[in-house]
Amino acid sequence: MNLFNRLLGRSESRSGTVAKKRLQLVLVQDRVDLSPGRMDQLKDDLIQVISKYVEIDKEGIDIALTNTKRQSRLTAHIPVIGARQK
Amino acid sequence: MSATVITITSGKGGVGKTTATANLSAALAAQGKKVVAIDADIGLRNLDVVMGLENRIVYDLVNVVEGTCRLRQAMIKDKRLDGLYLIPAAQTRDKTAITPGDMIELTNQMRDEFDFILIDSPAGIEQGFKNAVAPADRVLIVTTPEVSAVRDADRIIGLIEAEEKGPGDLIVNRLRMDMVKRGDMLHTDDVIDVLAINLIGVVPDDESIIISTNQGRPVVMQNGSTAGQAFKNIAMRLTGQDVPLINFEESDSFITRLSKLFKVSG
Ligand SMILES: Nc1ncnc2c1ncn2[C@@H]1O[C@H](COP(=O)(O)OP(=O)(O)OP(=O)(O)O)[C@@H](O)[C@H]1O
Ligand SMILES: [Mg+2]
Repeated sequence: MNLFNRLLGRSESRSGTVAKKRLQLVLVQDRVDLSPGRMDQLKDDLIQVISKYVEIDKEGIDIALTNTKRQSRLTAHIPVIGARQK
Repeated sequence: MSATVITITSGKGGVGKTTATANLSAALAAQGKKVVAIDADIGLRNLDVVMGLENRIVYDLVNVVEGTCRLRQAMIKDKRLDGLYLIPAAQTRDKTAITPGDMIELTNQMRDEFDFILIDSPAGIEQGFKNAVAPADRVLIVTTPEVSAVRDADRIIGLIEAEEKGPGDLIVNRLRMDMVKRGDMLHTDDVIDVLAINLIGVVPDDESIIISTNQGRPVVMQNGSTAGQAFKNIAMRLTGQDVPLINFEESDSFITRLSKLFKVSG
């Protein structure tokens, strides 16, 4: 992307850039064979399991699949509010 | 001699496997190597017309495998280039006419006689692909810089790794630098970044490919085209030579335009 386009803030919206972003997302799903729907189920299951032990902020949960080289990584950021009321 | 078996494959169809097989085979032969190109796209035979050898077919790959003819009878010698041979695909059969084991046996019979055995794979992930990849020592994956082709290439790379033939090397074909420059085509670096695989060459979109296919004369057999030079460079890399990648991005800067006057660079 040349400087002119960058200065105009165009690079983000060019179709080449859009293509790369879309590819990165779709390949993460392809590689682990996990559709966005299954991802949501995974998230729900995870919440259930963890809630058995600690109280968590369900709204603040962030679960993501990322790629480094040809390896996929599942990361979860789960804000803990406090101890589970027994 | 002990041949290196190289399979040229892709996920998506029509991205340039046959064009690459024809040109790399011819370029390797032009380097003095003894090369046989095998068309493994049974039922959709094409390598013969791209190489311009379609009028000389008597027997094909399936005939050899089924024992209707001897291996040598199915090998067509290219009279234009010393050391270049083609084994055509059968046109009226389908992929199930041969097995991966047949391909391994067939190539093993030729390993002593050749430096390179190039196999043109059909598109897709089914039996034809498995047949083509089974005997491979190296796999080249062809893609165009488009979302669908790159996605399918990723799937193929996964399968090649699963077959322990991987990771393979990537050829980015039909790059249009004018579009990359204005940001409307994936950059080669982006493709490599998402696929995380070694790049062995970049071939520009070039009308000389279509002209040469019309004529049945691979571009590497004629001088002056950038696509031809790109294929020659890949062939040199396959023989272990260290050839820098063509930087198409700068290919029309003043300096390179000047240097191009003296030599087709890249
Ligand atoms: N670098 C290029 N520049 C211009 N045209 C090209 C280039 N590479 C391939 N083509 C054209 O694209 C078309 C498809 O090429 P080719 O037959 O080699 O693809 P393929 O991957 O073998 O297809 P299939 O999956 O059907 O076997 C052909 O018409 C060919 O001439
Ligand atoms: Mg083909």
